[in-house]
Amino acid sequence: MPSIISVTKLSKTYSSGFQALRDINLEIRRGEIFALLGPNGAGKTTLISTICGIVRPSAGTIFADGHDIVTDFRAARAKIGLVPQELTTDAFETVWATVSFSRGLFGKPANPAYIETTLKNLSLWDKKDSRIMTLSGGMKRRVLIAKALSHEPQILFLDEPSAGVDVELRQDMWRLVRTLRDSGVTIILTTHYIEEAEEMADRVGVISRGELILVEEKAELMRKLGRKQLTLQLQAPLERLPPELDAYRLDLARQGTELIYTYDTRGERTGITALLRDLSAAGIRFKDLQTSQSSLEDIFVGLLRERA
Amino acid sequence: MNVHAVRAIFGFEMARTRRTLLQSIVAPVISTSLYFVVFGAAIGSRISSIEGVPYGAFIVPGLVMLSLLTQSIANASFGIYFPRFSGTIYEILSAPISPFEIVLGYVGAAATKSIALGAIILLTASLFVPLRIEHPGWMALFLVLTAGTFSLFGFIIGLWADGFEKLQLVPLLVVTPLTFLGGSFYSVDMLPPAWRTVTLFNPVLYLVSGFRWSFFGQADVSVGASLGMTLAFLVGCLALVTWMFRTGYRLKN
Ligand SMILES: Nc1ncnc2c1ncn2[C@@H]1O[C@H](COP(=O)(O)OP(=O)(O)O)[C@@H](O)[C@H]1O
Ligand SMILES: [Mg+2]
Repeated sequence: MPSIISVTKLSKTYSSGFQALRDINLEIRRGEIFALLGPNGAGKTTLISTICGIVRPSAGTIFADGHDIVTDFRAARAKIGLVPQELTTDAFETVWATVSFSRGLFGKPANPAYIETTLKNLSLWDKKDSRIMTLSGGMKRRVLIAKALSHEPQILFLDEPSAGVDVELRQDMWRLVRTLRDSGVTIILTTHYIEEAEEMADRVGVISRGELILVEEKAELMRKLGRKQLTLQLQAPLERLPPELDAYRLDLARQGTELIYTYDTRGERTGITALLRDLSAAGIRFKDLQTSQSSLEDIFVGLLRERA
Repeated sequence: MNVHAVRAIFGFEMARTRRTLLQSIVAPVISTSLYFVVFGAAIGSRISSIEGVPYGAFIVPGLVMLSLLTQSIANASFGIYFPRFSGTIYEILSAPISPFEIVLGYVGAAATKSIALGAIILLTASLFVPLRIEHPGWMALFLVLTAGTFSLFGFIIGLWADGFEKLQLVPLLVVTPLTFLGGSFYSVDMLPPAWRTVTLFNPVLYLVSGFRWSFFGQADVSVGASLGMTLAFLVGCLALVTWMFRTGYRLKN
């Protein structure tokens, strides 16, 4: 089945001359939850805004459910719902009015029953006649989600959905996202938290300085991110490793005074116990040890260097 | 055509007015009455009639035009400026709706309000002076065309403005003076010749003149010129707004 979103050679240079996106190629699969992971200023919002028609692309093409977002914008945009990063809501409208407005805006006839269900799913039903300005930040975020869902979109964008959101709303939101996914909606969310990508996504795209530096199944990415190193400082330098330790794929460093073991924290076993036992059996003694984990920043840097 | 969207925008804008219904009706009724007291009573006692029309009645078309121009611009410019300012414009920009439909929703609502306002002012005026309308069809045409054109002009100002001051700037510094100087409250024939020539360069004169003609059958300039000027301004605004959407001017980065 073709991708539900297909981005080809997309670049964006703002009128200030700043290039926010560089040659982005991205295929989003129908029905998946895709997390766009990257530090602040990486270009996540720019990418989403371009797909949604809010920012004009400088080069490249985008298809949403087979429709070119420029030449066939009606069909493309009708499929898409967007929850923006900022809490931008009307003030004087009621919750009911603003959500009904969104549905009409996206070309759908009124459907009070559907809007009622949506508001109930978001715990907004008892606020339906409240003016938006009287609501808390968390409630406003719910209103934005309800607006984005008002026209029953096939594709839902959530830009930094957990920024400034309390635990309860986060849990509600993730429950809703999973329900939507189960009903066939494709969800693309942006975040700068690895944990969030890990918790929610099927696949993860890492973006940094306007470049999409990798797109992977979450499991694969987490394996890379979950790698740790154990460094052992030896009492006496080794010239080479005894063959019975080959299975551990150890590295000798610092003229044979350090042994480095790389392992996966996500594995059933890390292999550390066995390694220490086998080292002892081989008569290798050590005076100190440390473990270290690469941070997201390290991984970004590593990935960028790999590409260079 | 995304009819639901046009209706949604139109309804949203009308709801905004409904919330301030009292202001929207009471304010124009009061200010119209004030104009009658000041212009009609004070000046009318000195100028009994202009070209056979009692002065009180003579100023009615000008009064309606003044409100029509200022309110169309104020309504339409605020209608589009505010979502830009607050950020809610993201939703309009991401919706499956064409620029034409966006304009239709916002400008249609602003024009509807202005037309209703024009009707209210006419009704209020008829309490003070006997009004006759010689060419009701033309009167309606000028009313609708002017409301539509200046709502469109207001929409353009709302797109162009990057602060609340700029929103006020054009109505305050351009439109209101031009309306006062455009024969709203006098006939240009009453001016010295040099001023008369200058006044002929004022586009608002043509609007007021044509509108007054539809009431009393007499005008400062020919009806054709009035209609031509209104249509020219409408076409100019349409061209400008088309260019703005095509280039994403102040709407899209
Ligand atoms: N309208 C704009 N004009 C110029 N630069 C912009 C504009 N919007 C965003 N940028 C810049 O583009 C980069 C990417 O921004 P953004 O897409 O918001 O990043 P993210 O959402 O990943 O935090 C940032 O450096 C930001 O300063
Ligand atoms: Mg962002």
